[in-house]
Amino acid sequence: MIEISGLHKALGGHKVLNGVYLKIEKGKTCVIIGRSGCGKSVLLKHIVGILKPDKGKVVVDGQEVGALNEKELDALRLKMGLVFQGGALFDSMTVGENVGFGLIEYNHLPHRKLLERIEESLALVGLHGIANLMPSELSGGMRKRVALARAICIKPQIILYDEPTTGVDPITADSINELIKSLHDKLKVTSIVVTHDMKSAYKVADKISMLYHGKIIAEGNSEEIQNTKNPIVHQFINGLAVGPITETLERFK
Amino acid sequence: MLTRFFILVGSRLISFMYFLGGLGTLAFQTIYLTFTPPFKKDRVFEQAKKAGYDSLPIVALVSLFIGFIFALQTAYFMQRIGSEIYIASMVALSIVRELGPVITALIVAGRVGAAITAELGSMQVTEQIDALETLAANPVKYLVVPRFLALSVMLPLLTLYSDAIGILGGYIICVFRLGISSSMYIKVTTEALFYKDLFTGLFKTIFFGMIIALVSCYEGFNVQGGAEGVGQATTRSVVVTFIMIIIADCFFTAMFYFIFP
Repeated sequence: MIEISGLHKALGGHKVLNGVYLKIEKGKTCVIIGRSGCGKSVLLKHIVGILKPDKGKVVVDGQEVGALNEKELDALRLKMGLVFQGGALFDSMTVGENVGFGLIEYNHLPHRKLLERIEESLALVGLHGIANLMPSELSGGMRKRVALARAICIKPQIILYDEPTTGVDPITADSINELIKSLHDKLKVTSIVVTHDMKSAYKVADKISMLYHGKIIAEGNSEEIQNTKNPIVHQFINGLAVGPITETLERFK
Repeated sequence: MLTRFFILVGSRLISFMYFLGGLGTLAFQTIYLTFTPPFKKDRVFEQAKKAGYDSLPIVALVSLFIGFIFALQTAYFMQRIGSEIYIASMVALSIVRELGPVITALIVAGRVGAAITAELGSMQVTEQIDALETLAANPVKYLVVPRFLALSVMLPLLTLYSDAIGILGGYIICVFRLGISSSMYIKVTTEALFYKDLFTGLFKTIFFGMIIALVSCYEGFNVQGGAEGVGQATTRSVVVTFIMIIIADCFFTAMFYFIFP
């Protein structure tokens, strides 16, 4: 279970998170929606301990992330996989080395077993025979899927997705959604998906939370969010140019 | 006007303190992690090849020309006082004690240090360093330690190589242009050089290597923005490394002058 309470974070003098409270049950998929730059990725980075909170805490499986020493944090990180928005593949390594990075560094599997795990992870994301290519030879969509393969290769219990369907074609986007669902259904993986793709959100979510001005302003399942009375959420999920979100922006201009 | 001047000086001072603090922290972490298992020697060898082996041609070229130039410049004065034979000892001492170490360090700072900052900076911008952390790989252990070890070991070796080629440059000028006999040149060179000259020259390059590795990695880790940020960090890395090498050189030269007069 992941529990975030009272999380505050300012970056470059700008308040990004302003008291986030969020609880994600074990084995559930929570989708965090919000406009670009509203702090969704920053929230994910707090869960894996890359960023430290200014105030508040993040508790993962009973362990407070900010209070762990390096060894404990590494052990926790090996239970989690983070799929970065741009893939964040290591340029100097082949696709295979990227996918198997966690296993090569920590698991010391026999070479044959390692190759099997890499191929298995790549096959899960619908890629075959590309283990020897370099990341620069891949298209944007393929990079994203390789990043996903890298995250699932260590068989994590928690997977965090940073905009997994942004910038990929609709078919790949749907296959990524299917993959998120199947990991959830078959392996009971706890997932947090950060996105502004509402189609994807409705498809994979057990719970949708909306982040706005550094706070969670609405929570509910897909149906509840779709039938929301909250005008901010309504404007966002329906992608309307006119509404309270843009009015606030107008006032600042 | 005056207030603005003080604000400018103050902010520069604060950012300089930040830089020193950050560099000091990185140095401490790097030294600690260098002696903490697991030890992955493959990555050190890879970096040693990039920093050392791949720098051999440029170091050879520059050192040879420095040898030529230094022999000719010394000859200009020595011929006036009729002491051509001492050109060999002047060339040998200057190259081994000063020119070899500093020129090699500056070449490596420009060639290898800049590349390190650009590589790590691009990794920072594309979130690869964050990705390393999420995969439980400490970026300092994974990226800085191999470069730190490789540069601290390769720089003295490259300097030794540079010294030899520089002296060869002096030899070529003296023997083929100034008419000094080959055996005389070798004799004067070996008589002029003591082990302590070689030691003082090489010892400081270990620290030059550390400076290059730490500054270039620190600047790479702290890149902000996109491609422009990488460019700025690379320039800053080379400039700061040059300044620090010259300051460190001055310090070591003074120290050795008083310890081994």
